[in-house]
Amino acid sequence: MNTSTLLVTIIILIAVAYILGRGRSLVLADASKGGFRNLNSLPFYYGTLTALWCGIPSLILVGVWLIMDGSIIDQLLIKSFPAEVTTLPPSELGLILNTVKNIAAGNMVGSDTQPYMTQAAQSLKNINQTSQMAMTVLAISVGILLAAFSWWRIRPEQKARLQVEGAFKFFLLACSCLAILTTIGIVFSVIFESIKFFKTVPITDFLFGLQWSPQMAIRADQVGSSGAFGAIPLFVGTLLISFIALVLAVPVGLMSAIYLSEYASPRVRTYVKPLIEMLAGIPTVVYGFFAALTIAPLLRDGGAWTFEFLGLQMSISSESALAAGLVMGVMIIPFVSSLSDDVISAVPQSLRDGSLGLGATKSETIKQVVIPAALPGIVGGVLLAASRAIGETMIVVMAAGLAANLTANPLESVTTVTVQIVTLLVGDQEFDSPKTLSAFALGLMLFTVTLALNYFALHVVRKYREQYE
Amino acid sequence: MEAIVDQTAKVDPMNKVNTELSKENPEAHDLSGLETVGIPFTDTAKMSMRDVNVFYADKQAIFDVSLDIGQNEVLAMIGPSGCGKSTFLRCLNRMNDTIDICSVQGSLKLEGQDIYDPKLDVVPLRARVGMVFQKPNPFPKSIYDNVAYGPRIHGLVNRRTDLDEIVETSLQKAGLWKEVRDRLHSPGTGLSGGQQQRLCIARTIAVSPEVILMDEPCSALDPIATAKIEELIAELSENFTIAIVTHSMQQAARVSHRTAYFHLGKLVEVNETEKVFTNPDHKLTEAYITGRFG
Ligand SMILES: Nc1ncnc2c1ncn2[C@@H]1O[C@H](COP(=O)(O)OP(=O)(O)OP(=O)(O)O)[C@@H](O)[C@H]1O
Ligand SMILES: [Mg+2]
Repeated sequence: MNTSTLLVTIIILIAVAYILGRGRSLVLADASKGGFRNLNSLPFYYGTLTALWCGIPSLILVGVWLIMDGSIIDQLLIKSFPAEVTTLPPSELGLILNTVKNIAAGNMVGSDTQPYMTQAAQSLKNINQTSQMAMTVLAISVGILLAAFSWWRIRPEQKARLQVEGAFKFFLLACSCLAILTTIGIVFSVIFESIKFFKTVPITDFLFGLQWSPQMAIRADQVGSSGAFGAIPLFVGTLLISFIALVLAVPVGLMSAIYLSEYASPRVRTYVKPLIEMLAGIPTVVYGFFAALTIAPLLRDGGAWTFEFLGLQMSISSESALAAGLVMGVMIIPFVSSLSDDVISAVPQSLRDGSLGLGATKSETIKQVVIPAALPGIVGGVLLAASRAIGETMIVVMAAGLAANLTANPLESVTTVTVQIVTLLVGDQEFDSPKTLSAFALGLMLFTVTLALNYFALHVVRKYREQYE
Repeated sequence: MEAIVDQTAKVDPMNKVNTELSKENPEAHDLSGLETVGIPFTDTAKMSMRDVNVFYADKQAIFDVSLDIGQNEVLAMIGPSGCGKSTFLRCLNRMNDTIDICSVQGSLKLEGQDIYDPKLDVVPLRARVGMVFQKPNPFPKSIYDNVAYGPRIHGLVNRRTDLDEIVETSLQKAGLWKEVRDRLHSPGTGLSGGQQQRLCIARTIAVSPEVILMDEPCSALDPIATAKIEELIAELSENFTIAIVTHSMQQAARVSHRTAYFHLGKLVEVNETEKVFTNPDHKLTEAYITGRFG
C-alpha cells in the first residue's frame, strides 16, 4: 500500500472510530436509566475522543517514519557497499548514493555504473518495499488497537468533553509553538552563518567600513578582486530610499486619513477607503517595474531637460534613489493612511465636542485636539511603515541599481541591503565563501533594525490604545 | 424672578390626560394634544425658543417645545431617560450640527437673534453659548493649555500676561485654582474626575460665554465633587445664564430657579423649582418626581 492510500485508510478508520464511539456512548446512555442526561458529556465528545485515539498516534507514527526512513535506509545501503567505497569522503559517497537511487527508480544514469551499484539498487528496492509494508501494518494496527482501547474505556461518567477540549488546546498550543520555533530557527541559522562570516571579516570592518565590493578571489592566482565588506554604503542607501519614501508617504497618507475620518461623508468613505487600500494589494514586483520602466526614465529625461534649461551641469541617473523611493512611498501610503485612520477614529468624540463647544472650528479642532491626541499612534504607524520600507526588496532590486555609492544625493544611483542580499545569493558560488556568508550578516543587521523598529512602534501604538480604553 | 409672566396657568392640568396614571405603563397615555403647563416664558429672556421640533432622520425627538431661559437664571431640565433633554440642550448652541441626520425646526433666538439663521456663523455663537459635557473631557494637554485653548483660538489676548490672568481667574471661578496652582503645566488628564469636570467648566468660562449649557455635569462624580460643582453653579449664576440637565431631582431643587419637565420629547411643565417639587401642576410631573416612573 503506498502512502496516500494509507492516509486515506487512516481517515476512514477515524470516521469509523467516531461513529462507533458515539454509538457506544448512546447505547450506554440508554441502557442505564438516566438516559441521555446520565452521560457526562454529549455523545459527540465520546465519538471525537475515540477518533482522536485512533487517528493521532498512527498519523504521528507515519510522519516520524517518513522523516526517519530516508537516512536509516542510506545507512543500511552504505554498509552494503564494498569497503573501499565506504571510506570515500561524504560528498562522493552522496553522489554514489544518488546514482543507486536513480538506478532503483529506473532513471537514466551515466555509463560508469559499477556492479555493486546495481546490486545495491536491487536491495534498495527490497528495503523500500519492506519499510513501506511495515509502516502500513504498524500504522493501521496502532490505529485500530488504540481506537478499540478507547472504545472499550467509554463509560457514562468519563469526562470526554474535558479530554477532547484538552486535546484541542494542546493542538492549538502546538501550532503557535510551530511559528515561534520557526522564527527561532531562522534567527539562529542567520546568527551562526554570520558568526562564520565574522571569522573571515572582522565585525568592525563590516559595521564601519565605507566600501562595499564583495567580489573575492576564489583561487589564489586570481587578480583584481580583493573584496571589501563595509556595510555603511548599503545602510546609507537603504536609509536614503526609505527616507524619500516616507517623505512622500507620511504627508499624503496622513492627510488622506484626516480627510477620510473627519471630512468625508460615509458614502465617499465607503468608496475611497477600499481604493486606497487596494494600493497595498498590488504586488511589489509590479511597483518594481513601474519604477524601473516608467518613473525612472521619466525622472531622467525630465531632469535632463530641467537642468539644461537651468544651465546646470547635473543629471539624474537612470537608476536613481529618487525613483525607487517615490514608488516605494506610493506603496506605503495605504499603510500610513489606514493606521492613522484607525488612531484618529479612536480619538473620543467627546474631545471633539469639547473643542467645538468652545467655538473652535473643525480645522482648529483637528489641528489642535485630534491630531495631538492621536500623535503617538500616528508615530507608531509611521515607524511600522518605515520598517516596511527598510525591508522592501523587489522595488529596489528593479529600480535602485547595484552601485554601492556612498552618497546622500537622491539623484544618483545607490544600492540597499536587500538588493545586495539578493545579488549575493543568486548565481553560482561556493556556499561558504565570505561573499555568500556576508549575505547572512547583512540579513542579521536588517533583521535587528526592523525588529527594533517594530517593537518600538507596537509599544507606542499599544500605549496609545490604553490611554483611551 | 418676579418678572416671570404666567401665560398658561389657566390650562387645566388634567384635561389633556384622560386616563388615570398607572405605574406599569406611563407611556400609554395619549400625549398627542399635550400643551405645556406652568410658566415657560419670561420678560427677561436671554434665549427664547418657540415651536422647536427636532428630528433624527425620520424619527422625531422633540415636539413643539416653546421655552424661555431668563437672564442670569439657572434652568434645570429633568425627565426620564431618552425624553430629549440632551437633544434640546444641544440645539441651543448648535452642537447638533455635528450629527448629520439631525435637523432642527422652529425659532431659537439668543437675545433676539435667530441662531439657526443660515447666514450666522456658529463659531462666535458657540463662544457665546458654551457647553459642559456629561463626562469630563479635558484635552490631552496641560491644565494651563486646556484653559487657554478657547482664548487662544478666539484671539482674545495677545500678551502672555493677559493669558495668564484669564487662566488664573477662570480657574479661580471654577474653584480649582488652589488645587492646581503648582501644577499648571502637568496634563489635565491627570486630575481626578471632579477636578477634571471643574477644569472643563474653567475652560468654558475662559471664553466668557453668556450662556453655559451643562449636560448632566455631575453624573460621573462622587457626592463631594458634586457638592462643589453645585456650589459653583450658584456662584456662576451671578454672571452667566445656565441651563442644566440633571437626573438628580435634589440637584435640580438645590441649584435651579425654574425647572422644566420633559416627557417623550414634549415639554410637559415649566415652573418655579420650588413649585415643581412641592406642588406640580401636571400629573406626569408629579408621577415623575414622586418616583412612580422615570
Ligand atoms: N445621534 C442620534 N441619532 C439618532 N437618534 C438619537 C441620537 N441621539 C439621540 N437620539 C434619540 O433621541 C431621543 C432623545 O435622546 P436624548 O439623548 O436627547 O435623551 P436624554 O433625555 O438626554 O436621555 P438621557 O437622560 O438618557 O441622557 C432618544 O429617543 C434617542 O434615541
Ligand atoms: Mg442625555
